[in-house]
Amino acid sequence: MASFWSLGELSGEIEQNFTLDNFQTIVEEDVYRSVTLRTVGIAALVTITDVILALPLAFYMAKVATPRVRSLLVVAVLVPLWSSYLVKAYAWRTILSEEGILNWALDPLGISGPGYGNVAVWLVMSYIWLPFMIVPIYAGLERIPDSVLSASDDLGAKAWTTFRRVIWPLVFPAIVAGSIFTFSLTLGDFIAPTLVSSTQFIGTVVKSTITTNLPLAAAFATVPIAIMIVYLLIARRLGAFEHI
Amino acid sequence: MRLSKGANRALKVATGLTLAFIYIPLAVIVIYAFNTSQTLSWPPDGLTTEWFGKAIDNTGARDAFLLSLEAGALATGIALILGTLASLAVARYKFFGRETISFLVILPIALPGIVTGVALNTSFTQILGVELSLFTIIVGHATFCIVVVYNNVVARMRRLSGSLEEASADLGATPWTTFRRVTLPNLRTALVAGGLLAFGLSFDEIIVTTFTAGTGEQTLPLWILDNFSRPNQLPIVNVVAVIVILISIIPVYAANRLTQDEGGATAGRARGRKLEAEATAIP
Repeated sequence: MASFWSLGELSGEIEQNFTLDNFQTIVEEDVYRSVTLRTVGIAALVTITDVILALPLAFYMAKVATPRVRSLLVVAVLVPLWSSYLVKAYAWRTILSEEGILNWALDPLGISGPGYGNVAVWLVMSYIWLPFMIVPIYAGLERIPDSVLSASDDLGAKAWTTFRRVIWPLVFPAIVAGSIFTFSLTLGDFIAPTLVSSTQFIGTVVKSTITTNLPLAAAFATVPIAIMIVYLLIARRLGAFEHI
Repeated sequence: MRLSKGANRALKVATGLTLAFIYIPLAVIVIYAFNTSQTLSWPPDGLTTEWFGKAIDNTGARDAFLLSLEAGALATGIALILGTLASLAVARYKFFGRETISFLVILPIALPGIVTGVALNTSFTQILGVELSLFTIIVGHATFCIVVVYNNVVARMRRLSGSLEEASADLGATPWTTFRRVTLPNLRTALVAGGLLAFGLSFDEIIVTTFTAGTGEQTLPLWILDNFSRPNQLPIVNVVAVIVILISIIPVYAANRLTQDEGGATAGRARGRKLEAEATAIP
């Protein structure tokens, strides 16, 4: 933790004098701005994708499945959550490669996969961080008493109305809690982008400048910190912290 | 809630598809590990186990494996001690800055790994003047392992009533005896689960590791990353990848079983909490 606080000063301190030049570079040069925008964009897309994928699965786990199936599903979701990040990124690298399984499967249809690039980064990130979204949503849904749902049912609400008017507002803080992880983890990632694309992200830029220009790298690393602090403050407002 | 047949079926299909999405890539890697051909073209030419033998004989991979074990064990050890102490303090005592501590402990996992990595790297090399080495890897891993242990223990402490400790004190036990005879046995499974998860995390951590590893030091994930680009090493990388999956999955599975088996009547509530604790416990 102490290292985190020292970071801000450090960006100027390596030459033993305090300067804001590095921050100026980051703000003024287009490269950094477009890299930041691209990273934030991908992080947001990944978060939305994961919410869409996680909701039905989490709902099925929490409210529909029998206890036996539920505990199986919990393990099925938790195990990949903890299994190697690198291996998962690597698996996608092989799947998306020219001669990979995706192109092989799509070939008879006459189309080819997205190859390496931004789409690949989006896919891989959504894949890797998906369980991080499922778990909080599942926990949030489990907290909703069944009686609330049957009450809505008895009052004549259709399934979709119940979802929109009852479940969604109740589970929203949990979704925000999950999005903290998907968003933050995507923001700082640099391994997956290097494996499946050649475009630059915040992580890859920091990684490549840290050996040549440490203060600049550190200054650029404060960008995700700043974004995350704002994000966490909003998340706290939305009541997400009770779900962490 | 009553669901129409169609909605129920749609939900099942969505669940199945998502699970397939989660597991197909892992399956692909396992299949590639048995691939006879040296390239990654699909479908594989044939199946063989010869690469497993070659992987075990590969000194680079073996050294990296041992280093990962060592770093994981030591980081977990540090995390168990510090994480337990921090969680005891936060769960049982009210003191100035308590809320801040619980926030600060959680912060490293809410921050992108690259930030922790850069922060550690600059602290070590610029402020403390420490050479990057196995020691710095361990310290780096300990930072997020502490969070895992802390979360598990704090979740357990919330479930445990403080009255047990008060009763012990009333019966004349010193604080140390109370800790040893009352608190610790109650925390045991939480500690084992936290330790296993911490070890699993440390074993395949890569982002923080790239910033804290010395030049000669290669943990297993670093070795994999390094060998991606070497075509003739590819089959061995595939095998090592499968080994890494296994080693990170087994502790998680064990930890999950451990925390699920006990708890009895409170299991439903507790499991929700535990899931949250686990969800939080990610760097």
